[in-house]
Amino acid sequence: MFGKLNLSAIPFDMPITIGAVIGALSLALIILGLITYFRKWPYLWKEWLTSLDHKKIGVMYIILALIMLLRGFADALMMRSQQAIAAGTSYGYLPPDHFNQIFSAHGTIMILFMAMPFLTGLMNIVVPQQIGARDVAFPFMNSVSLWLTAAGAMLIMVSLGIGEFSKSGWTGIAPLFEKEYSPGTGVDYWMWGVQLGGAGSLMTGINFLVTIIKMRAPGLTLMRMPLFVWTALTTTTLIILSFPVLTVALALLFLDRYLGMHIFTNDLGGNMMLYNNFFWMWGHPEVYIVVLPAFGIFSEVVATFSGKRLFGYKSLVYATLAIMILSFTVWLHHFFTMGNSPGVNTFFGITTMMIAIPTGVKVYDWLFTMYRGRIRFTTPMYWTIGFICTFVIGGMTGVLMSIPPADYVVHNSLFLIAHFHNMLIPGALFGYLAGFSYWFPKAMGFRLDEKWGKRAFWCWIIGFYMAFMPLYILGFMGMPRRMEHYWNLEWQPYLIVAAAGTALILLGIICMGFQLLVSILKRDANRDLTGDPWNGRTLEWSTSSPPPAYNFAVIPEVKGIDAFTEMKEDGRTMQLQDQYEDIPVPKNSSLGLVIGVTTFLFGFAMVWYIWWLAVAGILATVSVIIIRAADDDIEKVITADQVKQIEAEHYQRVQAVRGSMPEGSPGL
Amino acid sequence: MINANTLAIDSDHTESAHVENREIKAFGFWIYLMSDLILFSVLFATYAILGKNYAGGPTPKDLFSLPYAFIETMFLLFSNVSCSTALLAIESSHKKRALSWLVITFLLGLGFISMEVNEFYNMIIENNGPDRSGFLSSFFTLVGTHGFHVTTGLIWMGVMIGQVLVKGITGPVRSRLARLGMFWHFLDVVWVGVFTIVYLMGVL
Repeated sequence: MFGKLNLSAIPFDMPITIGAVIGALSLALIILGLITYFRKWPYLWKEWLTSLDHKKIGVMYIILALIMLLRGFADALMMRSQQAIAAGTSYGYLPPDHFNQIFSAHGTIMILFMAMPFLTGLMNIVVPQQIGARDVAFPFMNSVSLWLTAAGAMLIMVSLGIGEFSKSGWTGIAPLFEKEYSPGTGVDYWMWGVQLGGAGSLMTGINFLVTIIKMRAPGLTLMRMPLFVWTALTTTTLIILSFPVLTVALALLFLDRYLGMHIFTNDLGGNMMLYNNFFWMWGHPEVYIVVLPAFGIFSEVVATFSGKRLFGYKSLVYATLAIMILSFTVWLHHFFTMGNSPGVNTFFGITTMMIAIPTGVKVYDWLFTMYRGRIRFTTPMYWTIGFICTFVIGGMTGVLMSIPPADYVVHNSLFLIAHFHNMLIPGALFGYLAGFSYWFPKAMGFRLDEKWGKRAFWCWIIGFYMAFMPLYILGFMGMPRRMEHYWNLEWQPYLIVAAAGTALILLGIICMGFQLLVSILKRDANRDLTGDPWNGRTLEWSTSSPPPAYNFAVIPEVKGIDAFTEMKEDGRTMQLQDQYEDIPVPKNSSLGLVIGVTTFLFGFAMVWYIWWLAVAGILATVSVIIIRAADDDIEKVITADQVKQIEAEHYQRVQAVRGSMPEGSPGL
Repeated sequence: MINANTLAIDSDHTESAHVENREIKAFGFWIYLMSDLILFSVLFATYAILGKNYAGGPTPKDLFSLPYAFIETMFLLFSNVSCSTALLAIESSHKKRALSWLVITFLLGLGFISMEVNEFYNMIIENNGPDRSGFLSSFFTLVGTHGFHVTTGLIWMGVMIGQVLVKGITGPVRSRLARLGMFWHFLDVVWVGVFTIVYLMGVL
């Protein structure tokens, strides 16, 4: 009836895990209780959970990302604190078994359930508005993507309390993850969770590629697109080309584990290296999938807050495209040490070094955009400058490791850990956080508190250096990654500094929490009434904050790069029309959420070998898709009169603000 | 985001909006097919790498029968001809003709899948299942994934036959059938690769 599942699956003997489970459950219960107490369920259901509005789906994605950031960061805290104390005769507080699960969960969560939803959320909120579109190409599929990602994340969360998580790293280690060596449920949780999230990402990729190619406003040629749209376009291309490889790699692992096949096994004709190749054929483009949109965000932020057109727009576009192509030619540098011929290693070493060139072009473009600009030091700008300084260090250590003989020395040491955190924390996370505070007023209608934002920044950046610079040194001292205990006492001081840095980052995250809290409490003082709080340059700032369901009452006409700046210069902003058109928008649908639930049940059933539930989950999912596919009545219309009323209200708000502010104020 | 207080009415846009919508959907479906092609290329690569790892077990020459695979192929190729004919009938709004060609396509596809299942079944009962060797694992995976796609196509076709019966040949039904046609032809192209690399190159 319940497959392998029974009460012993709950880890009662592990107080830390049980504590985390009780904490998470009680937090969830409090939130659900509050929603019930304030009778917000109908609002939540109608306005959010079943909404197909791309802006709301974007906000939900970011909420998911922030929750998973907390979970992934809790894992980081545990690893750093364990390594700070588990030296010599002290064994710390985490048993090896648990430690292995923690580092596997940390990587899986941070890449697939923090970074991916965060960038997808930002793309959802911003891309259609920046290209002057009223929606994405496939609004329902967008909701399915969201709920598939949420289902994957949920599966990973459930592994905390029922069963265990994978112990073979976030990348999966062949043949350790085979049934013979990992008979538990951990690898299955990892595999199915990532599989669900990956399916969601692939759909997002297709959706946004089509949106950007087919739905741009008139006049918005490719070489006039804002940089964030360009990076979104390259990222979606990478998603479409690379995620199928991950899907296959995990599906083949599924066949090995469930049907006893011999694909990645070390006997009967399997090939372990095949897995590494497949994983990194996805994995390396994935690095750029998460980094490129952040580059786009930095480009927008730098141009806006320097009050200048982006320096070298074309070179930035070509650099982005060069990175996109090169990202498919470097995967092998993740396993230089695995006995490839020198020729092969040399080829991949050179292509790896080459990626530094377009990236360097970008860094100079951002610097020159700032040069002689009238810089406003807002929170997004802090993140951007922090990124540039820090990212360059990570880039240099990357080039160092691209030399195969040098890589042999530091392979799988903490040097590597320091390197990729040095790329991904500034290169991806700082970008998303910059985008978060930059576009927050657009999505929510009020600005975030600057004081707490800057405090968060300082904690993060100082904490980052303290946490990861010692890891470079430890790498040179020969400390391998993933150690839950070590005998070399010389390492300990550095690991204590790293743990202190992590504590500082914790403080930064607490500051971010305070920032949200303070901003929500003081939202009336920080309302963005004009829709253009930063004197923005691109089309998303030409709508109200938050924008109406249809985004643009009249599709804008684009005449150059920085479309909104030109509209402001020509006096083409905020014109009321006498006549508007009826605008169709997608009707709400609960079926996306239903697919999330049914696929989650399917994944859970597969993990625990509950075959009837797996079959039921699949049948339910297929039925929902068939029902939805036969539905011809999926749109509702906002009538011209309603549009006129909404636009007039916004117009009056803007006029009121204009009247009360001196000439030349930003945001007018 | 404005609390959209809107009227729900039937979708009655202009014809041009329909055409544009259909074009966007077809383009999106193309993109999906391209990502699916990557999925198949990875499986082909797996077969290329594991395909000679017999682990002391049977080789392609022991297992495959070219005439059998050829008949299988003919089922799929002719199902594509009939699928195109069905789409032509849809274009000219001949409901009955379209339905009969769709049913013929469905039956041909079913014939293909039955032959494949039969082939798999016979291999498995002779202890040459996917767990026998790396070669057989990659064979079953590649051919089985194609078969899984064809099965999905059959379910889709069944649904579309139902939609034509219930709704008639409406704009959205036409648009869905056009995408089904793309899918069906795509599977044909992939099968040509499978037939060549797995069966022809394996036996000859």
